[in-house]
Amino acid sequence: MIRGEHLGKSFGDVVAVRPLDIHIPAHAVTAIMGGSGSGKTTLLRLLSGLEKPTCGHVWFGEEDITAMSEQRLFKLREQMGMVFQYSALLNSLNVYDNVAFPLHEHTSLAEPVIRRVVSMKLEQVGLRGFEALMPSELSGGMAKRVAFARAMVMDPAVVFFDEPTSGLDPISAGVITRLIHDTASKVQMTAVVVTHDVQAGLSIADHVILMWQGEIIARGTPEDIRNSTDARVQQFVQGRPDGPIPFSRSTTPYIDDLLQAEMRA
Amino acid sequence: MSAAIPVQHGIWRWLGALGRRSLQAVQSVGDAAVLTLQALGHLLRKPWQGRHFVLQLHALGVGSLVIILITGAFTGMVLALQGYYTLAKFGSESLLGAGVALSIIRELGPVLGAFMVIGRAGSSITAEIGIMRVTEQLDALRMMAVNPRARIILPRIIATMLALPLLVAVFDVIGIGAGYVVGVELLGVNPGAYIAEMTAKITMHDINGGWVKAIVFGFMIGSICTWMGYRAEPSTEGVARATTRAVVVASVSVLIVDYILTSFFL
Ligand SMILES: Nc1ncnc2c1ncn2[C@@H]1O[C@H](COP(=O)(O)OP(=O)(O)OP(=O)(O)O)[C@@H](O)[C@H]1O
Ligand SMILES: [Mg+2]
Repeated sequence: MIRGEHLGKSFGDVVAVRPLDIHIPAHAVTAIMGGSGSGKTTLLRLLSGLEKPTCGHVWFGEEDITAMSEQRLFKLREQMGMVFQYSALLNSLNVYDNVAFPLHEHTSLAEPVIRRVVSMKLEQVGLRGFEALMPSELSGGMAKRVAFARAMVMDPAVVFFDEPTSGLDPISAGVITRLIHDTASKVQMTAVVVTHDVQAGLSIADHVILMWQGEIIARGTPEDIRNSTDARVQQFVQGRPDGPIPFSRSTTPYIDDLLQAEMRA
Repeated sequence: MSAAIPVQHGIWRWLGALGRRSLQAVQSVGDAAVLTLQALGHLLRKPWQGRHFVLQLHALGVGSLVIILITGAFTGMVLALQGYYTLAKFGSESLLGAGVALSIIRELGPVLGAFMVIGRAGSSITAEIGIMRVTEQLDALRMMAVNPRARIILPRIIATMLALPLLVAVFDVIGIGAGYVVGVELLGVNPGAYIAEMTAKITMHDINGGWVKAIVFGFMIGSICTWMGYRAEPSTEGVARATTRAVVVASVSVLIVDYILTSFFL
């Protein structure tokens, strides 16, 4: 469905995604997992065409979205949805208008029909009756759920989820995770889910991609990942504080910094 | 001798910085022009953004009306006072009406109106678009297959371009009216002479000049303020800086272009 070929992205000196090949199979859930700053969001933005890659190509079906016209890309996006890490609801519109936005833009459905669809999608995320609230009046978790409803309202063929459950209580997170799984299996949606929640990721995904420092360090079925002998994979899956993946992103040991500061003083 | 090297070094560095800044400035102007042209390109393409033009026009026009009324009134009043003081020295107070009206129509209406719209509406356009960028709302629009250039940038450029001439017209009328009140009622200029001189001295050329200026300034304000927001650094300070810069750049550009238009065309 979506393929990245030698896909890489740098911001100045920072290499967010090292050139990599990636394949997102159709009608399946692909989970992208990895530590903070490992390049998951950047990879998602590259795959959706929001970000231009520094090198490489993204193929959407048979088409290269890195080379296509803006108009064509916007046409393709009518079949895409995205849940942003920080929700990105339109501030000037209330919950109802946010969720109805894609329908108003791209369909000629009558308002009563749109109202029904919106209330159904809001019911799925447990927020029916909150239509009149403005985004500024929502909690972070509620905004996330509205963003989820908005991404799903057109029944898109491909949906990108950037941490759809972060900031949610365990029950809501469970509901959302199940929704992604059910929708993917029932209506053949292609889902790309970036998540920190290892157990949820492994339980709903058909394919798992594990990233570290802009590279893919493991990929395969959840079984493959669970049974991997790679020490980095095991450390991540089990959430162990110690192991080959350092927690600190600093490049110099803290003790050196302290000693140097002491010497200068 | 040894002192010459650091001095030279300093000059080189200064020249280098100057060159870099100039290049950046040229690049920015080019970038803003490209964004504006791309946005204008959507004028010819579906879907039409008619409803959004009207919404923006309403927000801009109604939002700036009160401040335009106040500045228009006080500008007319102070012009009448100052004009009377000057003209009385030559014994030609009867020209007061023409003086006030000409200054307002040709110059002060468009320029002060533009300044007020920059401060009242332009800055908020920059801040709004900048915040939409920081909070990824522009990206969200793109993912929902809505082009922000068509939906966000274009209606705001067109709306400022249409709103400014209308606001300037209001400014002119109020200013001339207030000038009449001060000149005739307060300072005792003959009302017949005031009106007669005014209608005799003002030509259609003057009025059209005012229109042209207002439309050009409106277009510039729209392009500059939307571009500044669209290209704001995606951070809180970035948006704050972009807003300040939009106000400064737009105001200075209005003055420069005002001089060029006045000297060459009008
Ligand atoms: N717009 C940008 N400008 C500069 N650097 C960026 C930008 N976006 C991302 N980066 C850098 O790229 C790297 C990867 O960032 P990214 O947001 O993709 O990480 P992530 O895996 O999504 O992290 P998290 O789990 O914390 O959301 C980070 O080092 C970050 O500093
Ligand atoms: Mg992220």
